Amino acid sequence: MSLTDAGAPERAAGNAPPDPDRQRRGLTERLLAVRELSLLIALGLLVGVTALRNDRFLSGQSIKDLLLGCAILVILAVGQTLVIVTRNVDLSVGSILGLVAFATGSLFLSAPGTPWPVALVVGVALGALCGAVNGGLIAVARVPALVITLGTLYAFRGVDYYWASGRQINAADMPPSFLRLGNQTVLGVPVLFLVALVVVAAVGFYLRSYRSGRELYAIGSEPAAARLSGIRVGRRVFAVFVASGALAGLAGVLYAARFGTLDAAAGTGLELQVVAAAVVGGVAIFGGSGSAYGAALGAVLLTTIGSSLAVLRIDPFWQQAVVGALILAAIGLDRLLALRVAARLRGRSAHGA
Amino acid sequence: MAHDSLYAAPPTAEAEPGGGRLASVRGLLGSWDAVIVAALVVAVLVASLTVENFATGRNAQFLLLDLMPLALIALPMTLIVITGEIDLSVASMVGLCSTLMGQLWLSSGLSLELICVLVVLLGAVLGAVNGLFVTGFGLPSLAVTIGTLALYRGLSFVVLGDQAVADFPADWTAAVVRNIPGTSVPVMVVPLLVLAVIFGVVLHATAAGRALYAMGNNDQAATFTGVSVARTKFWLFVVSGAVCGLVGIFWTLRYASARGDNATGLELTVVTAVLLGGVSIFGGRGALLGVVAGVLLLGVLRNALQLADVDANALTIVTGSLLIASVVLPNAVADIRARLHRRRQRQPVAS
Repeated sequence: MSLTDAGAPERAAGNAPPDPDRQRRGLTERLLAVRELSLLIALGLLVGVTALRNDRFLSGQSIKDLLLGCAILVILAVGQTLVIVTRNVDLSVGSILGLVAFATGSLFLSAPGTPWPVALVVGVALGALCGAVNGGLIAVARVPALVITLGTLYAFRGVDYYWASGRQINAADMPPSFLRLGNQTVLGVPVLFLVALVVVAAVGFYLRSYRSGRELYAIGSEPAAARLSGIRVGRRVFAVFVASGALAGLAGVLYAARFGTLDAAAGTGLELQVVAAAVVGGVAIFGGSGSAYGAALGAVLLTTIGSSLAVLRIDPFWQQAVVGALILAAIGLDRLLALRVAARLRGRSAHGA
Repeated sequence: MAHDSLYAAPPTAEAEPGGGRLASVRGLLGSWDAVIVAALVVAVLVASLTVENFATGRNAQFLLLDLMPLALIALPMTLIVITGEIDLSVASMVGLCSTLMGQLWLSSGLSLELICVLVVLLGAVLGAVNGLFVTGFGLPSLAVTIGTLALYRGLSFVVLGDQAVADFPADWTAAVVRNIPGTSVPVMVVPLLVLAVIFGVVLHATAAGRALYAMGNNDQAATFTGVSVARTKFWLFVVSGAVCGLVGIFWTLRYASARGDNATGLELTVVTAVLLGGVSIFGGRGALLGVVAGVLLLGVLRNALQLADVDANALTIVTGSLLIASVVLPNAVADIRARLHRRRQRQPVAS
């Protein structure tokens, strides 16, 4: 795909290297370093092996289920990427999702005629408001986002429970046009997945090509240096949390549309899965590197593992263990590559001197 | 520190090297430990006076038993956070130790004493895996322990599936909830106190304890002063795992049930209690007394509100708000003081 296209001119440019062995090693390293590519290979292998065991894994219905299943995690992982790239973390996304999902249900319950676009806007706005609370507190307290969002993880979830007070909202309470949004397909592709694709493309393009997007990487690499070079760190970090909250809000509305049945526990524990997807997708937990595409692929991979295990007749209880092992492998691989790159750079500068 | 006297702030109890800002916060608040202890006393008094059944022996017993896992894990967690690391896999280690205890009891035919020893050793091994990844491979502990959080929880489901083992001998399950004769204090408080004293002495009265603060303030500087940073951190993770093994045993016996989802989500409560106790998430600052008071404060508030018929799940508002307040307030106070300070300095120039 476009990734290999981008690699081709690079390889062509390094056409006449002095040492062929060195070139080969450089190539494998570069391939491994393009995390999106290694993720695609892993995903391909996983799907291939599973399809060999059971060819129904590649049937239209099965693929549709897979795409439907990963859409919400993809959106959350992309939002999380924005935050982690700036060397922060947002642990409250699961609670924001739950709160917004319940709010969406309540909105339809109290005003049955509400058209679904209004609900969508209200949900995203509520998510952005929660994100603004996070961002504002972080700006005031100047403590790591980990602490603040751990606090709001509890607080938002508590608000959700207090509001719901044991009630459950059922699919019958919501308009059919809204619920269709959750299951409808366009040319065989679920609408939910298309929404996720749009989010991935938009955020990926923003991070890669916009000045303010590049500034997020600068902040994550070295906040002090970023501040000295004139980047308004506080404002950017605040905006990133609002964006992450808004995306969690969007995910909450989609969650309501997809599942129909809502209680206050929706999305509990999702935050660690989201961080896991981003980390597996090559987003460095201490900021400064990673892409939205990688995080999205990480989310797809984690979801696919779940369905594959079922098809491969492996005890579904293994799923979480596999996810954990994958996280460890991903960060271990990153560390290994970083060390090798550092060693090569040292060697080169020693040559030059 | 000199400008502190300008504002008639109470004199600082101990002049810890904390930098001007922090010192001024300490000047205003006494120390965070004192604030938390005071808040705890107020909470207990108010709850005893206003909440029915709070100040009864039976409630004290349940309160302490409920707090036991949180309090035990908070001890090693305090040390780990002071060195600037974190261990998010603790609850999963408790879960895995619990299910393995159940599985061993179900199928191995070993005596329960031996199984308990094995489970604590297993916890230490799980902690050693964390330590190896963090110190051996130089990976960030936040990412590593999110990974092992999923890995260990997954393995604990692999061990027992969705089954539960419940047929533990009645004398064992009764022993862990028994009170000290003549009081309403559970016997289990004794080992907790012993461990708390050991951790407190190590942290505050030994060279190794001071070294933990040095690491949290600056890893490299600590290395240059001859502290073996990697080895110390490795052993801290091992200790954390072993304590989780103990908690796994306690949890299993107290609820007479070994299940894969035991203690799910406890890691965040532990971190909350530690931070509420005044330990800085950056490392290098905090005291064990504050953490113990933080754990008790969290427990008393939850217990009292539950008795007052507040929905248990809505109580997380209290947990979250406390955590946020504990980090936002000191900084906000410092900000206001700094602003006042600047204004006073400007005035003489203007006149």
